[in-house]
Amino acid sequence: MVKTLIELKPGEKARVKRVTAQGTIRRRIVDMGLVPGTEIEMERYAPLGDPVELKLNDYHLSLRKAEADTIILESLEEI
Amino acid sequence: MDRKKLTIALTGNPNSGKTTIFNNLTGACQHVGNYPGVTVERKEGRLKFKDYEIKVIDLPGTYSLTAYSPDEVVARNVIIEEKPNLVVNIVDGTNLERNLYLTMQLKELDIPMVLAVNMADMAEANGQRIDYPLLAELLGMPVVRTIGTRNEGTDELLTKVIDVTEKGLVRTNKQVNYAVEVEDAISRLKGFLPEAKGNGIQMAAGAESISTSDINYPARWLAIKLLEADSEIIKKVKTMPYGGPLLKEAALCREDIRGKLGEDSELAIVDGRYAYIRGATREAISINKIDRVSLTEKIDCVLLNRVLGIPIFLGTMWLLFQLTFTLGAPIMEWIEAGFGVLGEWVGANLNDGLLKSLVVDGMIGGVGGVIVFMPNILLLFLGIAFLEGTGYMARAAFVMDEVMHKVGLHGKSFVPMLIGFGCTVPAVMATRTLENPKDRLVTMLVTPLMSCGARLPIYTLLIGAFFAPQVAGNILFSLYLIGIILALIMAKVFRTWLLPGESEPFVMELPSYRLPTIKAILLHMWERTWLYLKKAGTIILAASIVMWALFTFPMVDQYGNEFSSSEQQVEQSYAGRIGHAIEPVLSPIGFDWKTGTALMAGLAAKEIVVATMGTLYSIEDEEALEEKETATVKTFAERAREQSGYTPFTAYILMLFCLIYVPCLATIAVIKRETNGWKWPLFTIGYTVLLAWVVCFIVYQGGVLLGFQV
Repeated sequence: MVKTLIELKPGEKARVKRVTAQGTIRRRIVDMGLVPGTEIEMERYAPLGDPVELKLNDYHLSLRKAEADTIILESLEEI
Repeated sequence: MDRKKLTIALTGNPNSGKTTIFNNLTGACQHVGNYPGVTVERKEGRLKFKDYEIKVIDLPGTYSLTAYSPDEVVARNVIIEEKPNLVVNIVDGTNLERNLYLTMQLKELDIPMVLAVNMADMAEANGQRIDYPLLAELLGMPVVRTIGTRNEGTDELLTKVIDVTEKGLVRTNKQVNYAVEVEDAISRLKGFLPEAKGNGIQMAAGAESISTSDINYPARWLAIKLLEADSEIIKKVKTMPYGGPLLKEAALCREDIRGKLGEDSELAIVDGRYAYIRGATREAISINKIDRVSLTEKIDCVLLNRVLGIPIFLGTMWLLFQLTFTLGAPIMEWIEAGFGVLGEWVGANLNDGLLKSLVVDGMIGGVGGVIVFMPNILLLFLGIAFLEGTGYMARAAFVMDEVMHKVGLHGKSFVPMLIGFGCTVPAVMATRTLENPKDRLVTMLVTPLMSCGARLPIYTLLIGAFFAPQVAGNILFSLYLIGIILALIMAKVFRTWLLPGESEPFVMELPSYRLPTIKAILLHMWERTWLYLKKAGTIILAASIVMWALFTFPMVDQYGNEFSSSEQQVEQSYAGRIGHAIEPVLSPIGFDWKTGTALMAGLAAKEIVVATMGTLYSIEDEEALEEKETATVKTFAERAREQSGYTPFTAYILMLFCLIYVPCLATIAVIKRETNGWKWPLFTIGYTVLLAWVVCFIVYQGGVLLGFQV
């Protein structure tokens, strides 16, 4: 079962496995450090439900669900 | 003593404290301009240190150096094309991993660098210990510890800058080593470059860079950019005499990497950089992680709370407006009074005639109209600078993005729209924070619909004259609300039919909260206000003189006789004649030629509408003019009601029209400047007039059908 970032509940952690977005958005996402292997933690959903906020590399990043859905995760136990 | 000249460029991520360091370095000695062709601000400053006179270029804050945003292209082009002697890269010590990502890209540009690890105090408070000498060795560049907010480390930074400049670029083997497959491709492309040399590409000294026309690219950097399929670089290489085969080779290399690594070369390169950074930080930084929830996280639990988030946002905006308008009002009255006195004094000292009329009505009135908004604008920018400086603006965009996204805009669009309530001119300039050109343009087009401060006098007067005090607040609120709703509708319309396409992805950092320095806030506030004064002021002055001329000439009728009254004079003036000419178009929405003429006067600046109506309806007679302004307000309102023949309903239509139709000429001028052409300013004029007419037509005809008194 492939799990993407939007399926993560606030407080849950996981590791980035793949980014399926293409083009500019993809570049922006990986430039911000969402590369395979990065550990992330879901912080919260915005009051209106979109975008989401996550924590990675000691900073906070927000992105829309549409983009978050392109980030495929693996659990921290998997190697 | 003749000082040696030196140019340095400051780079760094947004929120890395770069601006604070720039302010520490250059003080008030700054100059803000524009890069040619793009609307990216260019900030420069100067300082003297030891034997040197140093020019500091503050490059736009960026996370990366790709070709996707104008900011990033400007940052890298300045480094490549202007060749500063040195680049100072400022990184946020609390968030080194992501900040160093830019550092590794800068390093590939093959230019002397100094790294400033800023906010060192906060990093240390988080339990982070940085081994500076080791970090310097691992990154292959000098590293300085700085605390921008306390001006610590500035001298050490400058000393290192001088030191490195005198020594020149020292190449170390410390560079990002990418995956073998990528490194092979880089070597292949680099090997291809000297071959291209004989075919028109000049190799620079040291064979480490190549040039196209007069630009030198570091060879390794160029190879990497080709592997990243950087659109800017591909475009430039195409124009090189041997560009075609080089691009073909690069495409082959990219295919090759994808085949071997199972991921595209772009990701492989980004990955390589992050891997290198992780290695370096793991060695040089020991984290005695204090496991506690940071202050920022605690604050966000409240400010971004699912229930409280939106009420807090609305409350903050309400406070901002209270601050702007309540505190600003008395100061505005003083300024108005001051200009009144000045006008009287000049009037008393000049002989009656054209010159007096030009100076008093045209110039002093025009300049006064600009200056009178200064308190509002200063206060609004003060509030916005504070919200930006603390980090709340990013949260506001986070909270509002869903609403903005629904109409095809970006969370960040709301900031310019918010500023639009104060003055449309700085609001249009504030759209620069939007990276996607379409998002930016649409935001610029709808911002004039946010009811600006200059429209307030029109509402105040008409509401005061035609509505009971109990409903006055609601009427005023309804106008602001209609403006907002129309702006959202038009944004959706423009984004759907006029400028369709993907909106900018919302991938935004939520920076840690911090208390900005007073100096930074004041500088920021002053910068924007000055831009308003300079750009809007000159245009409003020119426009008021043109309007003055339209209303003043001809001074005699066709038989050469003077007009018997000022009312008649205005009717016969060019402006009055235009008013008559457009009357047939305005009658379906209930306006006569007098209103038309007043609306035309409002093109220069909205508040002139009121004054013109005063003249046209002879509301102000000679005696009233002599009286103190405050005393006339009431009689003015009363006379307006008695003599204009308006009903509350038609007065409301007039306010509605004033809300929607053409923003003032200053706004048009700023849109022209920001879009580099006449197309969009003319479009703005056209669509706002049309929209105003359509909305007023619907409301007026609807009202007539419902039996409202007109």
